[in-house]
Amino acid sequence: MISKATIIRTVVLVGAVAALEVACRTGAIQPALVIAPSAMVKALAETLQSDDFGGHVQQTLSAVAIAMTLAIVGGFAIGFVLHWIPFLRRAFNPFLAAYYAIPHFAFYPLLIVIFGLGPAPLIVLATLFAMVAMIVATMAGLDRVPRVLLKTARIHRLSLMQEIWRIRLPAAAPHILSGLKLAVAYSFIGVIAGEFILSTSGIGHEIAYAYDNFDNPRMYALILFVLGIVTTFNMLVWTWERRLARRRGMAS
Amino acid sequence: MATRLASVPVAETYKVHARLDGVTRIYPPRAGHGEVHALGPLSLDLRAGEFLSVVGPSGCGKSTLLDVLAGLAVPSAGTVEFEGKRVLGEVPDGVGVVFQEDASFPWLSVEDNVAFGLRRAGMDAAETRRRVDFAVGFMGLKDFRRAYPSQLSGGMRQRVCIARTLVLQPRLILLDEPFGALDQQTRLLMGDELLRLWRETGATVLLITHALDEANLLSDRIGVMAARPGRFIDIVGTGWPRDRDSRLAERPDFGAVTARLWSYLRGESLKALQGSSPPLGGEAR
Ligand SMILES: Nc1ncnc2c1ncn2[C@@H]1O[C@H](COP(=O)(O)OP(=O)(O)O)[C@@H](O)[C@H]1O
Ligand SMILES: [Mg+2]
Repeated sequence: MISKATIIRTVVLVGAVAALEVACRTGAIQPALVIAPSAMVKALAETLQSDDFGGHVQQTLSAVAIAMTLAIVGGFAIGFVLHWIPFLRRAFNPFLAAYYAIPHFAFYPLLIVIFGLGPAPLIVLATLFAMVAMIVATMAGLDRVPRVLLKTARIHRLSLMQEIWRIRLPAAAPHILSGLKLAVAYSFIGVIAGEFILSTSGIGHEIAYAYDNFDNPRMYALILFVLGIVTTFNMLVWTWERRLARRRGMAS
Repeated sequence: MATRLASVPVAETYKVHARLDGVTRIYPPRAGHGEVHALGPLSLDLRAGEFLSVVGPSGCGKSTLLDVLAGLAVPSAGTVEFEGKRVLGEVPDGVGVVFQEDASFPWLSVEDNVAFGLRRAGMDAAETRRRVDFAVGFMGLKDFRRAYPSQLSGGMRQRVCIARTLVLQPRLILLDEPFGALDQQTRLLMGDELLRLWRETGATVLLITHALDEANLLSDRIGVMAARPGRFIDIVGTGWPRDRDSRLAERPDFGAVTARLWSYLRGESLKALQGSSPPLGGEAR
């Protein structure tokens, strides 16, 4: 059965696309600003077939994949250590609190100086951008493990490793998972925005390049492509999360 | 048919099953207030195989008493013994605890919750299954075996926790207001079940409750605690037969015991109400 929410969402989405299509075709919106959705799709089909496109996609996606992995694994490890060692946490807390107030992209030139011109500075930038969300979520999850569950662990005389594996991590899992979702999104943003500003290749750069050359069809085609990738990825994570929630009997 | 729970005839092996001797518990100062003298000095001999309840105004240190007795908290002074051995910062084998707060694991189904301790102890699958089946049935959770705690009411989750404790066949069972989330009728029935369990297993039971008639109905002895710092004002023996159930409440002498408990507690509860005790703390989740 289709829910009311799904119907409303679909109507709004289809309506917006249709309105844009009409506005573009009738000339109410100039093609120099926005092109019709149908034209975007057509341009996307052409772009997908162009020779250099695969290389850009591969470069962007592999950078995202590396940054995402580093951010999730590293963020979890750091969050875990900071949770466990209170004085380290007190030392670093101000940084964590102020972290997302820093304009990370301003450091990109510095990273290039340090890491050279290859994909490394971009990956480092995206990793730094995504990792702190994972750190904060991991700490929040571990902080909120109910004390009575830890007492229960002691009643069952669990070893420290068992307590962590059997009690703390599963209890913290919902928070950790939401940190993971943020880390995924921030990795995409970090890489594509970085390419946009300073790179000489990758999807982000291609969008900027098309923009500079008034190549609207290609620009919108690429934006559409990015949207498609990110949405697909989000759906995958979302489906996985739902499955976990259902295993806890919490899905609707 | 023989009972499906192995009985633990502690009464034949020990006279005093657990002993608190001059125990106090003082919580160190925290932000907002100074140190809290929660308990004692208090002494108690828990007789092997008896059913003892503890009543007292909220915040008087009942949960703290349970933590100390179970080896979950170290007393600030005094000693704790279980089966003749000192309890020192570790929960001894043979002690089962049901906490006041919901301690079910939300990521495990009811049956996996109940089997948790057995699997950790390396019990073989057949015996695990047998004990889980029994405990799940005993607690009336048969239809909810595959449900998750989030799908159950608070009272049912508490029953999951009781079942998880039962399967380990503890010789000393400590229960901290386990029926707090239940309505009065279910409470009475659960009380009968608890009595049946106690009779069949021969275990020693210490029950913390705030319901005076419940304490009266279930117990051989009732420890009445004073407002914080908690000490026993008196330990009232009921003299009820071992083979009792909730129909006991119809006896003419039943009301007299409840009245006696209340006469002790009226003043203490007033003290706790007006008193200097910091709000919440132990009661908060
Ligand atoms: N971890 C703690 N730190 C400081 N004070 C505590 C702590 N736990 C309980 N208390 C305080 O100790 C007193 C007794 O608490 P508790 O044993 O939970 O009482 P009860 O179970 O009888 O309601 C209360 O005043 C409570 O605020
Ligand atoms: Mg309590």
